[in-house]
Amino acid sequence: MFLASARKLRSLGIIGMNQRNFGLISRYNPRHLYPLVDDKLKTKLLAQKAGITVPKLLGTVQYQHDVKLLKEILHPHDQFVIKPVKGSGGKGILVITEHDHSLYFKPSGDSIQLVEIERHVSNILSGLHSLGGKPDTVMIESLIQLDPVFSDYSYEGIPDIRIIVFRGYPIMAMLRLTTHVSDGKANLHQGAVGVGIDIGSGKALHAVQYGKSISHHPDTRKTFSELTVPHWDKLLQLAAACYEMTGLGYLGADLVLDRDKGPMIIELNARPGLAIQVANFSGLAPRVAAIEALKTIDPNPKLRAAFSKTHFAADADIPSLRQLRTRSDDP
Amino acid sequence: MHAKLRLYILVILIMGFGIGLILYKHFALGFPLLPDDKKAVWTIEARIDFAARGDPVIVSFALPPRTPDIVFMKEDFASPDYGFSEVTSPTGRRAEWSKRTANGPQTAYYRLSLYETEQIVSTQLTDDLPAEPEKPEFDEVIKTAAITLLEQVHSRSANTEIFTRELITTLNSKAPSQNQSLLLNEKSSEDYKTHLIINLLAMEGISARIVRGLYLEDGRRRQSLINFVEVYIGGQWLLFNQNTGVHGKPENFLIWQRGDQSLLDVVGGKNSQISFAIIKNVHSTRNLVVSDGMNKQAGLVDFSIYSLPIEQQNAFKMILLLPIGALIVVIMRLLIGIRTSGTFMPILIALALIQTTLLTGIIIFLTVVGIGLLIRSYLSRLNLLFVARISAVIIVVIAIIASISIISNKLGLDQAMTVTFFPMIILSWTIERMSVLWEEDGPREVFIQGGGSLLTAVIAYLFMTNQTVEYLTFNFPELMLVNLALILVLGQYTGYRLSELYRFHSLERRNVSGKR
Repeated sequence: MFLASARKLRSLGIIGMNQRNFGLISRYNPRHLYPLVDDKLKTKLLAQKAGITVPKLLGTVQYQHDVKLLKEILHPHDQFVIKPVKGSGGKGILVITEHDHSLYFKPSGDSIQLVEIERHVSNILSGLHSLGGKPDTVMIESLIQLDPVFSDYSYEGIPDIRIIVFRGYPIMAMLRLTTHVSDGKANLHQGAVGVGIDIGSGKALHAVQYGKSISHHPDTRKTFSELTVPHWDKLLQLAAACYEMTGLGYLGADLVLDRDKGPMIIELNARPGLAIQVANFSGLAPRVAAIEALKTIDPNPKLRAAFSKTHFAADADIPSLRQLRTRSDDP
Repeated sequence: MHAKLRLYILVILIMGFGIGLILYKHFALGFPLLPDDKKAVWTIEARIDFAARGDPVIVSFALPPRTPDIVFMKEDFASPDYGFSEVTSPTGRRAEWSKRTANGPQTAYYRLSLYETEQIVSTQLTDDLPAEPEKPEFDEVIKTAAITLLEQVHSRSANTEIFTRELITTLNSKAPSQNQSLLLNEKSSEDYKTHLIINLLAMEGISARIVRGLYLEDGRRRQSLINFVEVYIGGQWLLFNQNTGVHGKPENFLIWQRGDQSLLDVVGGKNSQISFAIIKNVHSTRNLVVSDGMNKQAGLVDFSIYSLPIEQQNAFKMILLLPIGALIVVIMRLLIGIRTSGTFMPILIALALIQTTLLTGIIIFLTVVGIGLLIRSYLSRLNLLFVARISAVIIVVIAIIASISIISNKLGLDQAMTVTFFPMIILSWTIERMSVLWEEDGPREVFIQGGGSLLTAVIAYLFMTNQTVEYLTFNFPELMLVNLALILVLGQYTGYRLSELYRFHSLERRNVSGKR
């Protein structure tokens, strides 16, 4: 059987694309709030105002003629990341880990010239990676240092943690590990490994690559059963705080663990994908229903994180919640 | 919840309005629902010959009555140097040709094109009431014979309808009794017989009148009108064949004249003769209905696409197909979950395919995009600004298209010349996007999205080139409303896409085995 039965999936609480777009995104994410997360510079400023740690901004390029200034901006830094401010899905991100005179080195060890970086920047400015091809801005950030916890689980890149936050409550989490095939990017489409993380403990539940279950990292051969994400409480609280920061009811918070600075937020997403359900081997619907059933939203992010921790833990008694239907199921 | 209810009410209204208009056009205006519906159009030519005597001439000729079940497309009255007018009197329409002086043989023509509609004509009681039947004056012998005959027939029949039929069959019987022979005379003409039947019926107090008509048969010439008898029974006029007694209007029979007025009166001429010729043509029902609607200025037809010049109509034929393509895209994306590069690019490809035919179109598309991708990968090394690069790609695409045209022309492949129908800007964007997709997500994604686009385009093409679909969208633009309603409903679909059943299929198995 290559196809699952729709009834079965529904009973498991799997949310499909149409239901996500209709019942979650269009219902809980007011359109006018999108720019807050679609524009990464705005997100960064918001986060800083809220006292949330973010990667340091090294510089921005807004106009084509400023591309010439790139050399000076980059000169003092050995390591940096170049990002389109309005990019989506990790597109257009260039990571440089080493800088040697005129040569810049990518995590894979490939070297590129300054001209190539300039071309990349000018492509971003022309809107190649932005939604709808609109003119874009380039931001240059400090490189995140790999936390040793993940050194056995990632290949040529920094893993990130995606947490789905629904009305301020973290409801599902996934660790995205870079692999050789994903070219050091934490993008599941390109072959990164998605590891479902237990909201209650930060422990790995189950891992998938290209939608298929795997038990160990394809490059490092390390099994996932021993993997536990450190600073888990802090990560949940940071994610929960994004609700006050943006006002978005359904968002995906992308967080990383920096070796020196600890948990920080790198990006927010108003249209988080559904692959997280496959990585967790469970559906979002029961958890969404549990939050929708709440009469009031706790104004304290820490308390919300604690609520999620007890209610959405892997060993928590969720079946009773499974009976609930999400509001978006309403006929 | 409220919004949903409102939407469904809107959907029902739109759908009801659309379907209502379609049904109205079908039943009231006679638009056929299928394209290959054909109708016979009869062209009847009446030729009137007479010899003029050098005096003022007036020719008066009875014209067939207009009835709701027959549409007169065209009437022509031709006669050189004659004044002409159409006169409507209570007894029917008449054509009148006149001339101050005429000499020698003269000819007048009346030409009529008509077709029968399938509209249900309710058999309402006619306001065409009969006059009180006049008792005929027979001489004594014939009167006796008539009374005897009527008594015989009367005893064999239960009601007026059967009585009439019996009377006609008895008069026509092969072995006539003495009474019949007496009544019918030796040399009875058709007219005589008709009047005899009417007179006999009058003796019974039954109103009847003569009806003249024409059998419509293709290629007939020198035809004359056939007499029928119409009898007033139970508030309706019933038509009887005076030779067989069969009741009802025969198929392909045109009633030309009712009542006893003369068919043709010629003042100032002699030896007048009239003959009919009949030709049958087959026309598509739609064309007939449209031209009839235009003539009658029926609002729905007159204020429609048909009132545009033909060239614009053809453009609209294409435009009206777009909603079908849009519906296909909605279904493919929301229900099936196929990824396409560019939401509506498949429709544009489908439109191009319509011009180029399927196989040629696909080959051309793949060739152009393939060569374009190769050249684009070289362009990306040239370090160009984005807008300049996409412009360069446009020029490259045009160059590719030009070379394909020229080369195929030299090779004698005419089909490949249609390459110019592909939307070039769209092709350039496709190439640009696919190239970026290739660099960022790898060739796999390019093939998934490119294949998805092409598949959607081919399906849309198959629907848009379907004759029935094309016919329906053009002749029933109201279908757009139905289409709109469907798309509104589909926009509410929150169930799984087909592709998601595959995407999540591993999940199902794990949960089953893990739980039990």
